[in-house]
Amino acid sequence: MSIDIAANPYKKDFPLLVKHPDLAFLDSAATAQRPEVVLAAEREFYETMNANPLRGLYELSIRATESIGNARKHIAAFIGAGEENYRDIVFTRNTSESLNLLAYSFAPTVLEEGDEVCITIMEHHSNMIPWQQACKRAGAKLVYLYCDENGQISEEEMQKKIGPKTKIVSAVHVSNVLGVENPVKRLAELVHAQGGYMIVDGAQSVPHIKVDVKDLDCDFFAFSGHKIFGPMGIGVLWGRHELLDAMPPFLTGGEMIESVSEQDAVWSEVPEKFEAGTQDAAGIYATDAALTYVEQIGLDKMEEREAALMAYLAERMEELPYIEVVGPKDPAKRYGAFSFNVKGVHPHDVSGILSGENVAIRAGHHCAQPLLLYMGMHTCCRASVAFYNDKHDIDSLIDALDVLGGMFNVK
Amino acid sequence: MSNSTTTSIYSAALMDHNAHPDYKYELEDATYSHDGINASCGDEMTLYLKVNNDTNVIEEASFTGHVCAISQASADMMAGLLEGESIEEAKRLSGLFIGMIQGNELSDEDKEDLDEAAELQSISRMPARVKCAELAWRTLNGILSERDKELAGK
Ligand SMILES: Cc1ncc(COP(=O)(O)O)c(C=O)c1O
Repeated sequence: MSIDIAANPYKKDFPLLVKHPDLAFLDSAATAQRPEVVLAAEREFYETMNANPLRGLYELSIRATESIGNARKHIAAFIGAGEENYRDIVFTRNTSESLNLLAYSFAPTVLEEGDEVCITIMEHHSNMIPWQQACKRAGAKLVYLYCDENGQISEEEMQKKIGPKTKIVSAVHVSNVLGVENPVKRLAELVHAQGGYMIVDGAQSVPHIKVDVKDLDCDFFAFSGHKIFGPMGIGVLWGRHELLDAMPPFLTGGEMIESVSEQDAVWSEVPEKFEAGTQDAAGIYATDAALTYVEQIGLDKMEEREAALMAYLAERMEELPYIEVVGPKDPAKRYGAFSFNVKGVHPHDVSGILSGENVAIRAGHHCAQPLLLYMGMHTCCRASVAFYNDKHDIDSLIDALDVLGGMFNVK
Repeated sequence: MSNSTTTSIYSAALMDHNAHPDYKYELEDATYSHDGINASCGDEMTLYLKVNNDTNVIEEASFTGHVCAISQASADMMAGLLEGESIEEAKRLSGLFIGMIQGNELSDEDKEDLDEAAELQSISRMPARVKCAELAWRTLNGILSERDKELAGK
């Protein structure tokens, strides 16, 4: 590989990183930084097309409405759903809301007492608690797919857990703790063979790998704009049209109705049926701009650089005898996230000390408590990389861990 | 190059109490023991008190558990502070400490009463770590309120 991770032609695009030149920001898996073009787009919306989309019949409102339609087209193409299917892109606030929408509106249409919903042990709480609750409401059972210590779910495990009672499999595409990519395409195949449905939590995959929902052959796919350099507050749910069409709405109110009488209402079509109330149109417009930015650099180029950064991170971590790696040892199996523990030092102390050294990492349960318990711990640390990181950021992390090692005498 | 808010929390006193806690052991003849849990990270601590129920004086305090440096140092400071104090005084100190961690300003006398524990004040600006500093004190409150209930029931 001939990627120069010491050079960083990207940092200049990110105002926060420019303002904090000494900061090693290694927490992009929690939320990414936004490039100037995204901030500018948000402002441009309010300066040039601010009006309530859908409601008005005048020029500004029409432009606002168009910008939402354009964003749907862009997102549909970006995740391989096909631009022409842009009306199957539903805007929510985030991945969590997209998944809740499914748990409330879709699950009751397929789940009956005694049925099973199958998720993996490495789910983010966002793709776990909605299913715990949906199962409780339906009298269904929540079944877990377990992984080995490298985060791999075996074919045998999938065959064992997915059976005639399985109505829904909902799986995280890339784990926010282990960084591994799960075999969601295979899961879709297995659950479809049983007549069930496949949901994919793409919060951590969309920023790192090329997603093609048609190739994955899933039925629903959810992600958040803020992890792919867009503003906070924009989530996406893509679904197969016939399924979205057959589902009842999740939230009700303005904008999602065709007509209303005193006692009843007729729903709008998909996607408006699922988008009650005023949308964050500026945020949607800026999310569109974020995807354009990603395409200009090239997702494949980002992926390559992130892989080189991850390999370097893993290599440098090996120098520190007191680091215990959580998850796959092979850095090629990690997309973005590198989790670890410092022997004898609490993760909260690790991130506290590192913060003092200007290194931002995440520590805690990473919204994946059952996974960490399954792996035999309560909490761990996570350094995550994005393409705008560089060799210096990783060197800063290692230097800071060295300082920590001295302070806590863990050499 | 260090940025001060977070490193200053890890003061010499804190690091010392963390590395060499004097009161981290199981108290075999404890009058009371209580488990405390830090909901934000799942850390658990057990606090032991040996109380003379005739004089209402805490004769010994200790703790066990696998917790972060802040929780550990705070627990160690607290145990040292409680030894020889009356139950009433323990309640007052606990109120002072939790108030301080929640952001209240303390008078110089109150700070003196909290001794080294008053140095943990800067943690009040780090919401993510407030629960760590409070863990031992909240566990203490658990014991004291249960004791109150028991005595009232008798
Ligand atoms: C795998 C995964 N799923 C879901 C989420 C939830 O995303 P959001 O907080 O944007 O709803 C996250 C974010 O941390 C995540 O990493």
